[in-house]
Amino acid sequence: MPENGHSGHEGRDVRSTVRPYGDTTGDGMVQVSFTLPVPPGPRAEGAAAQLAAKMGLAPALVVHSSGIGAGFTFFVVYGSVRHLVDLDAVQVAERAYPLLSPSQVDAAVRAGLRRKLVVLGACIGTDAHTVGIDAILNVKGFAGEKGLEHHREMAVTNLGAQVAVPALVARARAERADAVLVSQVVTQRDAHLRNTRELAAAFRQAMGEDRPLLVVGGPRFDPAMAAELGVDKVFGRGTTPGEVASYLVHALIPDGAP
Amino acid sequence: MNALALDPVLVGRARELAVRAAQPVVDLARRHTTVSVERAVLRLAGLTGADPVTGSGDGEGTDGEGGATDRVPWVNRVVDVVGEQVGLDRGVALPVWHAICSGAAPDLPALAASVGAGTARFTLPTGADAERARAAARDAVAAGMARIDANRRRREQLVAALGDPPRRPWIYLIVATGDIHEDIPQAQAAARAGADVIAVIRSTGQSLLDFVPEGATRTGYAGTYATGENFRLMRAALDQVSGELGRYVRLTNYASGLCMPEIAVLAGLERLDMMLNDAMYGILFRDINPRRTFVDQRFSRMVHARAGIVINTGEDNYLTTADAVDAAHTVTVSQLLNEALAREAGLADWQLGLGHAFEIDPDLPDSFRLELAHAMLARSLFPDAPLKWMPPTKHMTGDVFRGYLLDGFFNLAGALTGQGILLVGMMTEAVVTPWLSDRDLALRNVRYVLDAAGGLVEDFAPPAGGFIDRRAHTVLTEAVALLQRIAEHPQGLIQAIADGTFGTTRRPPDGGRGLDGVVALDPDACNPALELLEEEVVARA
Repeated sequence: MPENGHSGHEGRDVRSTVRPYGDTTGDGMVQVSFTLPVPPGPRAEGAAAQLAAKMGLAPALVVHSSGIGAGFTFFVVYGSVRHLVDLDAVQVAERAYPLLSPSQVDAAVRAGLRRKLVVLGACIGTDAHTVGIDAILNVKGFAGEKGLEHHREMAVTNLGAQVAVPALVARARAERADAVLVSQVVTQRDAHLRNTRELAAAFRQAMGEDRPLLVVGGPRFDPAMAAELGVDKVFGRGTTPGEVASYLVHALIPDGAP
Repeated sequence: MNALALDPVLVGRARELAVRAAQPVVDLARRHTTVSVERAVLRLAGLTGADPVTGSGDGEGTDGEGGATDRVPWVNRVVDVVGEQVGLDRGVALPVWHAICSGAAPDLPALAASVGAGTARFTLPTGADAERARAAARDAVAAGMARIDANRRRREQLVAALGDPPRRPWIYLIVATGDIHEDIPQAQAAARAGADVIAVIRSTGQSLLDFVPEGATRTGYAGTYATGENFRLMRAALDQVSGELGRYVRLTNYASGLCMPEIAVLAGLERLDMMLNDAMYGILFRDINPRRTFVDQRFSRMVHARAGIVINTGEDNYLTTADAVDAAHTVTVSQLLNEALAREAGLADWQLGLGHAFEIDPDLPDSFRLELAHAMLARSLFPDAPLKWMPPTKHMTGDVFRGYLLDGFFNLAGALTGQGILLVGMMTEAVVTPWLSDRDLALRNVRYVLDAAGGLVEDFAPPAGGFIDRRAHTVLTEAVALLQRIAEHPQGLIQAIADGTFGTTRRPPDGGRGLDGVVALDPDACNPALELLEEEVVARA
């Protein structure tokens, strides 16, 4: 997140308003490319110029256009934007923990735990949809990121679908799991919420304070519900393996961030 | 094409070790069947159709996704019920055609309906009854085999009439909308824009489904379900555009995951032209049981061999998880193992689209020379295989301008080293699923490089003892050392996978998904499809 205007010049440069920089301070130059569903020709170029003007580019120069198939045209447009950037008004949404690369995660576990981080994953209840837990755990991964199995410093077991909560508790105890990841896709009659509360209660009852970190995820969860459900973390739709791995380091390893 | 002068003793040793390492896998495959192999037999005999799930607990579905995966195919019902009633150790064919021959049902669809109704009772025939059932099963399966043969001839006719792509490498493009009716216009547009091969990516997680969805589907996630009907629709659309363009546009899908044998059969029945089919991908990356994978894979490769389908192997995946320089020899090892297993299953060298990829860190000095060395090694080691050259993914960072340059170098390496199939790289890799303009720009990149430098393949002859030659020799030497270690394992490849030899993941023979669908065969087992396919392999050998 360091790219949002917090440059090394901050101390010296007191201006809080900036414009894009082409080759002269304040020229406001930007370059955009886009496709319109219009056949190539003068009308298409006019359409691109109109869009650029509405985007705040003035003057705008359509420097390139080429047809794609019969009905589309691709454009490259250069122009000066009217807009000003107010650096004082920039707000950076910060994650409560840093996003680590796979090697940073492994290094943090190696240095902080001096053993492998033990992770158990499962779908509980009658839920047979393992797509979520597989995306987070399988080497194949999700969104271009490898799953947790790929980490040298993690011992990952994916118990698969329809695992009973007592069996999961027993397995977590036997394997001394550091973290238990549970995926819930089916939401009929709020099954995902009911199952998660049951999970949290079972671990609390069986293991008390020594319970592993409980992490649940699924497309219909609200990430703000963790405390209410009695678990440590809730991940929503689109979560990647790297986010989960970074969270595990943050939550389980003191001074884990590099 | 100028190949490297590889040490023939080292090459011979590499192949011999690969065959030895693969032998336990072949022995295992011969001694077992799987639920998916048995379902493939029924599919060859023409059984299609699916029932809605009723009251089975796990059919609740997720909102908005009902349909494609909520129906149980009849082939699954029949194989499951035969398994429950008489076991699968003799295969599904004997009890099924015994039921038909003894009048329990007039034909296979009617029998499947009685299974659905819960009234079917299967028994294992003996003596003359068994011979009668065996012959009837063979006739039924031979009809499917004849359709696969006819498709192969039809492809040969179309290629003869329309022609192959004008040059190598063939340009391979992916479409993946989730909706077959959206995929079709995109695939046709891609073909018109220059694609020689269209691959339809599958819906996320289809490899872990233990059944093949039925019918045309519109609800895949990040890809479109592989189904017989989707195959048919897309092949017909590409036939239309092939006629219009005057070149035969090939169609690719994925014979991987838990239903490899069935998808291979569907591909043969619907005239697909290439199929992704890797010896170890499902085991390592999807945690599918090793035994299940090897049994399923041998059958699927025999079907591909018969259908004249080119397989594409998945070595590129190793380099996305390991360092592309340190792990270069694992690619060579996997190519040699894939070759050994493919040849045993009857595939000819022209059908081996062995994979490799351009994944070396571009910040490493001499990274392009190293890429050329690895690509030349593959080219020289497998002179008759149409190698599949995969674009950079790992070092595509979101800097689309740098990515475009990197893809240009990837295309150049492909042209210089005579690759057979070039998967077109997108500068927006790791950013978005490709936009229309991304695909267009990517094809312009390929066209520029092939037009400008395609002929360099004639001039490019790295000198003996030079950087490229030495690097190729080093990788081959490392590959032979690794193959030696694998071959020395008592169970060859199977034990090597259990020990974590490939990647960082250990996959024990009894772990992973799908083991409960593996059945040891009885000496009296009957698989009419395998009989027909093995006759073919013997006849060609």
